[in-house]
Amino acid sequence: MHPVITTVLQRLALGLLTLFVVSLIIFSSIEFLPGDFGEAILGQAALPETVAAFRKELGLDLPLHERYLEWVGGVITGDLGNSFSGRGSSGGADRSRPVIDLIAPRLGNTLFLAGMAAIIAVPLALFLGITAALYRGSIYDRVVNALTLTTISFPEFFVAYILILFFSSFFKVFPSLANIDPSADFWERVYLSALPAITLTLVIVAHMMRMTRAAIINLMASPYIEMADLKGVSKSKIIIYHALPNAWAPIVNVIAFNLAYLVVGVVVVEVVFVYPGVGQLMVDAVTTRDVPVVQACALIFAITYIMLNLFADIISIITNPRLLHPR
Amino acid sequence: MNTKNKGGKGDILLEMRDIVIDGFSDDRWHPIIKGIDLTLRRGEIMGLIGESGAGKSTLGLASMGFARPGCKITRGSIVFDGKDLMKASEAEKRELRGSRIAYVAQSAAASFNPAHKLLEQTIEAAVRHGISTEQEARADARKLFAELQLPDPNNIGDRYPHQVSGGQLQRVMTAMAMSSRPDLIIFDEPTTALDVTTQVEVLASMRQIVEHFHTAAIYITHDLAVVAQMADVIKVLRYGETVENADTRTMLSHPEKEYTKSLWSVRSIEKAEEESEDIILKTEGVDAGYGGGIKVLDNVSIEVPRGHTVAVVGESGSGKSTAARVITGLLPQSKGQVLFNGKALPPALKDRSTEQLKKIQMIYQSADTAMNPRHTVRDIIGRPLEFYLGLKGKALDKRLLELLELIELDETFVDRLPAEMSGGQKQRVCIARALAAEPDLIICDEVTSALDQIVQKGILSLLLRLQKELGITYIFITHDIATVKAISDQIVVMYQGGVVEQGMKSEILAPPYPDYTQLLLSSVPEMDPDWLTGLLKERNQG
Repeated sequence: MHPVITTVLQRLALGLLTLFVVSLIIFSSIEFLPGDFGEAILGQAALPETVAAFRKELGLDLPLHERYLEWVGGVITGDLGNSFSGRGSSGGADRSRPVIDLIAPRLGNTLFLAGMAAIIAVPLALFLGITAALYRGSIYDRVVNALTLTTISFPEFFVAYILILFFSSFFKVFPSLANIDPSADFWERVYLSALPAITLTLVIVAHMMRMTRAAIINLMASPYIEMADLKGVSKSKIIIYHALPNAWAPIVNVIAFNLAYLVVGVVVVEVVFVYPGVGQLMVDAVTTRDVPVVQACALIFAITYIMLNLFADIISIITNPRLLHPR
Repeated sequence: MNTKNKGGKGDILLEMRDIVIDGFSDDRWHPIIKGIDLTLRRGEIMGLIGESGAGKSTLGLASMGFARPGCKITRGSIVFDGKDLMKASEAEKRELRGSRIAYVAQSAAASFNPAHKLLEQTIEAAVRHGISTEQEARADARKLFAELQLPDPNNIGDRYPHQVSGGQLQRVMTAMAMSSRPDLIIFDEPTTALDVTTQVEVLASMRQIVEHFHTAAIYITHDLAVVAQMADVIKVLRYGETVENADTRTMLSHPEKEYTKSLWSVRSIEKAEEESEDIILKTEGVDAGYGGGIKVLDNVSIEVPRGHTVAVVGESGSGKSTAARVITGLLPQSKGQVLFNGKALPPALKDRSTEQLKKIQMIYQSADTAMNPRHTVRDIIGRPLEFYLGLKGKALDKRLLELLELIELDETFVDRLPAEMSGGQKQRVCIARALAAEPDLIICDEVTSALDQIVQKGILSLLLRLQKELGITYIFITHDIATVKAISDQIVVMYQGGVVEQGMKSEILAPPYPDYTQLLLSSVPEMDPDWLTGLLKERNQG
């Protein structure tokens, strides 16, 4: 078998193992949180018997490992369980919803916003990074560096409010609220998500741009770059043809890291724009101690991180000719 | 293929007048090249020789109107085929580079882009400059590969740089330079990183192709014997100035200046061999390898007589350094044993006592990487004094000064950092560090191969003197036969992890030779301009 395939399979296996460990950590750490759902819902004054009966109904009285196995078994078969909220404390009709129904539309929204930000930010960062390396030390280089550093230095909510101030209040270009609903069509979604997507772009572009610039400049001192120079290759072709192909590994790692952030770390932006994403859902679920939802969200975030890192690893491997074409 | 009108041999191709180049270091600019003139005619090969730091590469690159970052050409004129490069724009110079003037770099492995196939890199200049179409260039490159005697010339271009050997890469780079049929090629120490046996083949194919296409060349090297094979004329540089110019034969037979004569006479040390029956170290049937079970050493048995020098010779990959690692305990052997003073040493370093460690010390090829750049000489030499001998305070200082005196450095060196010393001085400090432990045996792993001839001579004389005064035993790993002649009593020849021969120097260096020893010895360039021609004729017949 080609060594690259072997390596990729190894990474994949390692990813699954990581996921298993993460699921254990998620499950047990939530277990050790103080307080419980029964008391939170029924109030401090509830009779111990009522609480016990409620816990029994939710299955919270079973031993830890049994509940873990049941949860993991459900996750593997696509069943994330039922949300705790909506259960009647009075023992009335069960109005709770499956976790999957709660999360699915929210996750769709989150991925949409992340995708939109990524489509703007990644090419922009690469372009800025490459051109900054090409004109290293010029005014252009300094301006790009200073601007991206400025945007990353402000807190997200500040950037968000500044954008709202300019693009919704002074010039009514985009709406300040991005409360999209499931009936919205594609272009309406794009229109509504514009400001959050621009906010996220401003937050992540600096990282990727600076890494692109640094990775290329780092290679510019290599003897093979000098060789290309002495072959009369122009500066821009040297960067595109000789430096960039060798610079992908560090760049892709930073891109993966930032894409993961777009999925798991955007709760502040969601709150500012009232965007119905997973981040907000998770925060709400934590406040109400809705354990199945919290667990499901945490697991989705973990999968995102693991998958994106796996993807970055694979890119690093296949852009390394020593690994792709062994002796 | 577009063939340019080359003009007749004898026309001036490159004329450099009063070149001054400044380099930036220690926060200021100071001159590296101090007013050098250079004239090169069409089809002529000029050898540019001198020690490192003499400014050879800087001058070579300047002939392309190029200065490395941190250097600038401040004065003079560079006229290439009627065009003044000092007045030319960057775009005009770029037009010349890779099309009419090509460059062959020292380290082929580092000078090829790891991400692209060899063929793409070979034809890049010719195609980008519009000298030939991609198809033509590819076909031509394959012909050049064949002419340079590369294996499988039709397909080798589809490989990546890491997939071929150093000697092959160096030849591909020559093809790359030749691809656009330049008028001038700058060869910058192209064979320095190669083994002697590979060097001969690369030299021969370079010389042949340059003659074939009637290309002028500047051949930069510090190896006189090599330049004698390649050059029509020789220019000797020192401290950025010309020492003397002459045609090769005159230069070799009648050097005028003292400095040139000293360069010529470096290989003159020769130690009288002594026999000895008192064996200090012995390896018996040692096998060793690095993870994965690939055997690097196969049944290696070596005897080292006390107070004498055993030179271990062989090309890279023959297992010389691995043998040293086994003896020092860095790499435990998988079979066999190492006897020191008649007693078996534990294979692994961690099982050896301090006393055992103290008795065997090592000196490395690159003094730069063997010393912590942030430690002063006091820290570097003081550490073994403290660790092995428990010296402190005044006693340590006193011993430190004695050691410095032994290696012929004065007390001002005590507080210097490695960066504040020359290559030869750094290697001396490494010798003092090994001596500090008061060892019986020192393993010298290619300790002179990174140094210039004159500095080499100094280090070798120092090692010989120390042996005489202190009775130290050396195992001297090298691929340079001149060094072997200078320092050894006995020689071990290694090839592919095994010992080919062991014996007294006079026996090994005299016929009859086993095949490999013959190849190794005959590949060492000699100071005779006809040596390579003669050797090739001999090999073709044989």
